[in-house]
Amino acid sequence: MARALITCPKTAQRGEIIEIRTLIAHPMETGYRAGPDGAILPRNLIRHLSCRYFDGHDDVEVFSAELFPAVAANPFISFFTTATASGTLRFSWSGDNGFAQTERVTLTVT
Amino acid sequence: MRAAAGALAALWFASAAWAAPDARRSGFDDMTPALQSMQRDDAQNPAMLGVADGAALWQQAPGANRPSCAACHGDASVAMRGVAARYPAFDAASKRPITLGQRINACRASHQHAAPFAPESDALLGLESFVALQSRGLPIAPPADARLQPYRVRGEQLFKRRMGQLDLSCAQCHDERAGQRLGGATIPQAHPTGYPIYRLEWQGLASLQRRLRSCIGGVRAEPYAFDAPELVELELYLTQRAAGMRVDAPAVRP
Amino acid sequence: MNGPLDLRGWQRRRLLGATAGIAGAMWLRSAPAAQPDLAAAIAAFAAGAPVRAGRVVLDIAPLVENGNVVPVKVEVQSPMSEADHVKAIALFNERNPQRDVFVFHLSPRAGRATVAARIRLAGSQQLVAVAQMNDGSCWTHTVDVIVTLAACVEP
Repeated sequence: MARALITCPKTAQRGEIIEIRTLIAHPMETGYRAGPDGAILPRNLIRHLSCRYFDGHDDVEVFSAELFPAVAANPFISFFTTATASGTLRFSWSGDNGFAQTERVTLTVT
Repeated sequence: MRAAAGALAALWFASAAWAAPDARRSGFDDMTPALQSMQRDDAQNPAMLGVADGAALWQQAPGANRPSCAACHGDASVAMRGVAARYPAFDAASKRPITLGQRINACRASHQHAAPFAPESDALLGLESFVALQSRGLPIAPPADARLQPYRVRGEQLFKRRMGQLDLSCAQCHDERAGQRLGGATIPQAHPTGYPIYRLEWQGLASLQRRLRSCIGGVRAEPYAFDAPELVELELYLTQRAAGMRVDAPAVRP
Repeated sequence: MNGPLDLRGWQRRRLLGATAGIAGAMWLRSAPAAQPDLAAAIAAFAAGAPVRAGRVVLDIAPLVENGNVVPVKVEVQSPMSEADHVKAIALFNERNPQRDVFVFHLSPRAGRATVAARIRLAGSQQLVAVAQMNDGSCWTHTVDVIVTLAACVEP
């Protein structure tokens, strides 16, 4: 399990546009770099981030990202979404070597 | 008349010295605004991933019937407040100064009966950054401990001594030429206010020892081994040199 | 005796002029269209739709201290309504081993078409942010970035 930090308000007003910032520990090895012995370090990337918003009725993907080797190690991604109703935001990262991680954050909407 | 002028001059000099701004600059001050905001914002600072690791380790018992850090120390924000700001400190058990990282490993061995963490391991850097965070904003406060003095003196000698194939001392760059450029980079004054740092060049957390070793290698001298007495003495001198500057750990540096 | 490279004066001047012209063209800052890889990547993303400069702001420091971790922000003016919103924001580079950097997918639920990330730059180069609207049209912002390197090279 990689360390992940999600910064998101815990509460918001209906219709408010909130900023979500995500940070996850991952080397994002490009596959272009040589190690100390000169051999190319194998590519090991997070390829995809998806954010789904489940408000008790709908489960909607509100954001997704395709990542390439040019994304820096320990990827930081920030975006905005509209607070519609109280629910759970589900963040799923996936990538090479079967990397898959999901984090959940609760949002209370008044 | 001359006595009055002399007294006035003395007063002027005294007030000038008293009012003189601190000429010392942290590496933070030398960074671009984009990197400064990366450090300032805990939601963006990549070192906070290490801090989160450290916070988890703080609560984790190394095994059955062995205490976690929390079991003895309790809440780190209380127990560890100010601790990183006063290391390196004199260790009665080993009768010499030790760094914060060495202190953590000593605790692990003697109180937790667990194997020490390897230098620059995620676990050790995580714990160090978690503990250092508890001193963020506090002034660096080297202990007024006479036992440290001979080591500080040796640290200063190491700082001022030329070394390596490039035959350069730390002082030649970081005292005499700080603020000038080496390649495209500004030479910092080299105050260790932010360690462990997230160094962009290394794409990860790093200790002051790693930084010192890489600088020493950079002038093509043989780097001292991790936890060598020379590295501890250098760190002792550097913290004395930075005394009073604010801790900004865990920092981001290029 | 005249050798193969022995030119008459006017021939020498024409050859020198042509060489200088080629060298001069290489020194000129090329527009994205003249960098075939980068232009092709943008065209592929746009899938035949018109690509115009404007509406997008690529916020990145003009001088970067370390190419390993470079903060970027892309902001697009858009009401983010069902009728008029940004579908995707992509970032392309000129000189990394690969042109793509990221593609972010949005919907009207985003509320605001602003995204941020940290990227890698293998040296000084041009970056192009492309916003794709729901009607397929694409808008771009091009920025030149200078990347400095760590001075002390570790052995």
